[in-house]
Amino acid sequence: MSRLKAFVSRLSHLFLPLFVLALLIIVNLIKGADYFSITMVNGAFYGNIPNMLFGASELVILSIGMTLVTAASQGQDISIGETGAITSAIFVWYVLRAGDVTLLTILVGFLISCVAGLVIGAFNGTLVSVFKVQPMVATLILFLGGRSIAFMIDGKVSPILANEISNRIGTVIPGLPIQTPIILTVVFIAIVSVVLKTTNLRLYVESVGINPSAVRLNGIDPKKIIFLTFLIMGVCSAVAGFIAVNKAGRHDSVNLLKFIMMDAILAVALGGNSLGGGKFSITGSIIGAYTIEMLNRTLLRLEVNPEAIKVFKAVFIIMLMVVASPVVRVVVRKALDRAKTIASRYSRGHTGGLSNAVVSMTDTTGKKED
Amino acid sequence: MRSETVLNMEGISKSFPGVRALHNVDFTLRKGEIHALMGENGAGKSTLIKVLTGVYEKDAGQSILDGKPVHFRSPQEALSMGIGTVFQEIALCPNLTVAENMFIGRSRSRFVQWKEMNAKAEEMLSSLGIPASPTQELSSCSIAVQQMVSIARAIDMDCKILILDEPTSSLDEDEVQKLFALMRELKARGVGIIFITHFIDQVYEISDTITVLRNGELIGEYQTSKLPQIELISKMMGKALSDVSAIEKQEKSKSARSVPVFEATGLSSAAGVRPFDFTIEKGEVNGFAGLLGSGRSESVRAIFAADKVTGGEVKVNGKRVKLKTPLHAMKKGIGYLPEDRKRDGIIGELSVRDNIILALQVMKGFFRPLSRKQAEEFAVEYIQKLGIKTPSIDTPIESLSGGNQQKVVLARWLLTNPMYLILDEPTRGIDVGTKVEIQKLVLKLAEDGMSLTFISSEIDEMLRVCTRLIVMKDREIVGELSGMSLTEQDTMQMIAQGGK
Ligand SMILES: Nc1ncnc2c1ncn2[C@@H]1O[C@H](COP(=O)(O)OP(=O)(O)OP(=O)(O)O)[C@@H](O)[C@H]1O
Ligand SMILES: [Mg+2]
Repeated sequence: MSRLKAFVSRLSHLFLPLFVLALLIIVNLIKGADYFSITMVNGAFYGNIPNMLFGASELVILSIGMTLVTAASQGQDISIGETGAITSAIFVWYVLRAGDVTLLTILVGFLISCVAGLVIGAFNGTLVSVFKVQPMVATLILFLGGRSIAFMIDGKVSPILANEISNRIGTVIPGLPIQTPIILTVVFIAIVSVVLKTTNLRLYVESVGINPSAVRLNGIDPKKIIFLTFLIMGVCSAVAGFIAVNKAGRHDSVNLLKFIMMDAILAVALGGNSLGGGKFSITGSIIGAYTIEMLNRTLLRLEVNPEAIKVFKAVFIIMLMVVASPVVRVVVRKALDRAKTIASRYSRGHTGGLSNAVVSMTDTTGKKED
Repeated sequence: MRSETVLNMEGISKSFPGVRALHNVDFTLRKGEIHALMGENGAGKSTLIKVLTGVYEKDAGQSILDGKPVHFRSPQEALSMGIGTVFQEIALCPNLTVAENMFIGRSRSRFVQWKEMNAKAEEMLSSLGIPASPTQELSSCSIAVQQMVSIARAIDMDCKILILDEPTSSLDEDEVQKLFALMRELKARGVGIIFITHFIDQVYEISDTITVLRNGELIGEYQTSKLPQIELISKMMGKALSDVSAIEKQEKSKSARSVPVFEATGLSSAAGVRPFDFTIEKGEVNGFAGLLGSGRSESVRAIFAADKVTGGEVKVNGKRVKLKTPLHAMKKGIGYLPEDRKRDGIIGELSVRDNIILALQVMKGFFRPLSRKQAEEFAVEYIQKLGIKTPSIDTPIESLSGGNQQKVVLARWLLTNPMYLILDEPTRGIDVGTKVEIQKLVLKLAEDGMSLTFISSEIDEMLRVCTRLIVMKDREIVGELSGMSLTEQDTMQMIAQGGK
């Protein structure tokens, strides 16, 4: 019984992203239901849904890291796209250096890029936790300089990853029905959920985000936890960079994962997470990420001018922030309270409650007029 | 002889998910009356206040102010109609100055005259005897001063009603007397005052009328002079009188002991306590006594390494150790319940369960989470043990009543079963019945071999549980009392004189 209640209350947190997702599905259905059809070509699934899952891979992974950073540090990392550009540049540099590309080369290159992600995360994390710089300001440094660093690592314009393994990682492995980035994303999500199950990451991160001062007196060092979330963010960026560069087949240091932090932050907010830190829902952020991918595609389908899409999204973000803001929440709660009151008075019927109700209803209406 | 009614609340009901906080409660306040609102933790006292002042929307009933039905949508609106409120949880802005906190949101004029504001604040602070300067940042003040500032904020000489929800929970006798003097002055001007507290003595000293709530229901309204204390307590608790008198009896444990579990020499911290020596033996209960700001809390914080330790030597179980962080202290078997529940204790949005297991979980380590079942069992065990009133273990702690939040934080430390437990004001905001239960629990724990330090601004509470009192003044230990000299009179004398 209480399990059921807990489940329902969790669902209510996911109301916002699920609602928006449903809305987008309806819009697309109206535009034509064939949009959602899936076909098999050469033993692999094709269609708009697989495409959407494929396209959202990097965003999903990044929004997981962003959720943790937001929850603990009460701020956001805006350098994730640039971090991904740097780590993937290192990956490409390593792979191109080795003459013969084997699976081992790719694996080692990937691990090296993850280490680079950790280093960058440590840099951002140190600024935020030790030097108490606002997360957005701390990560502004790499946001501004990151792509130049990636460009310097590249050494030439857009090095090309022309090998079979990269191609398979970026698209599909023959014989498997699902594209590789989707599989990698699922594996990543599985790893994260195992980590959340087997460690106290959630308890620590949420506590630090809610009340750092109390947490310190309970033996948790808020600095370490904030630092840890930036490390995790670094790894997420490296994995996202790895997927993105293999998808593209070449390293374009200018456009790789460009402005993706906007979508990642939006995914976190859409997932019902407070941007002010505290309790978090990774499930929400993941649904949020897919919703945003769908939003992008729907706007394109509605033939909104790509430049105007940004405006649409901005308006959307503002609406969302207002709807989810504490001010509106309080107003809505009170309105619901009032509705409940009036309903209960009516259901009580004629048993004396009525005269009461009339008095206070005239009272509230009187109030509204002045 | 009853004077004119100023406020009448009729048939008030209010429910929260899983709790009926108020059910059909009537309440009447008259001009120039000090009206005590009494009840156990979670009885619905704060909720009644919040319904009146527009923090919550009521489910049923109505409030009549000066003969007219009123409906406030916020405490600001209530204030503009002459109802000033000091809520139980201090709701000030820590990084504004004292003067700003006193006036922001209430000045009628839009343009704040800083000089004028500071001057006015200065005047009020000195009339209330609050040891703070108007330009001081609020976060640098002790919790008692913050409480005084929030009282100063609510007081308006022209108001009709003043509501004080546990305003004295962290005040000393002196401050309480200053507050009472002010309340009497307002009373003489015809202001109706609602006063909520768990200190029975204060109720009898100041109030004219008492309204008792129990489990959200009205038990009755009584004239203070005609209601004996014992009867009041039994009305609050809903238990027969004999129960209560049995609880009132206290026994002091005397067990053989001599092994020091914690010793400190020349300990000092960045919070400004002078280097001090301190020892506690196995199974001993001692306490720090002293006036506000005497350094009681700072001393125990230094022991737990809650503030940066700047010098001194520490031995645990006879072995020299370095305690640099609270985690070190916890690992060595020391627990610390902080004085400021809201700032240092609760993790507001987290569930009662997570709040209870937090310290134990941290001691077990990052990679060893308790299983869900185990965590639930621990939470349920302590909810029963301490009688914590909560709809479920998943309820966020911030929606519990003040006293019940305090019990949860206490449960958190009891669960870690430390060798040495420091309790700084463990019974703040806790009702009479439970207070005695906690005192008994402390004695029981000591008998079982735990060492405890117990700090309270109520001297008689400390006398009941402590076998040794360390008296502090101006951040320095000035004396020690034990055995025969451990009487209320001797203690008060030593605190006042600061030494022999
Ligand atoms: N915001 C809230 N959400 C849910 N439940 C609440 C909320 N506020 C109060 N309650 C519940 O209402 C009941 C009454 O709480 P209230 O704070 O009025 O008690 P109180 O008499 O002031 O107790 P205390 O002496 O501990 O301060 C409690 O059981 C509490 O759990
Ligand atoms: Mg209360």
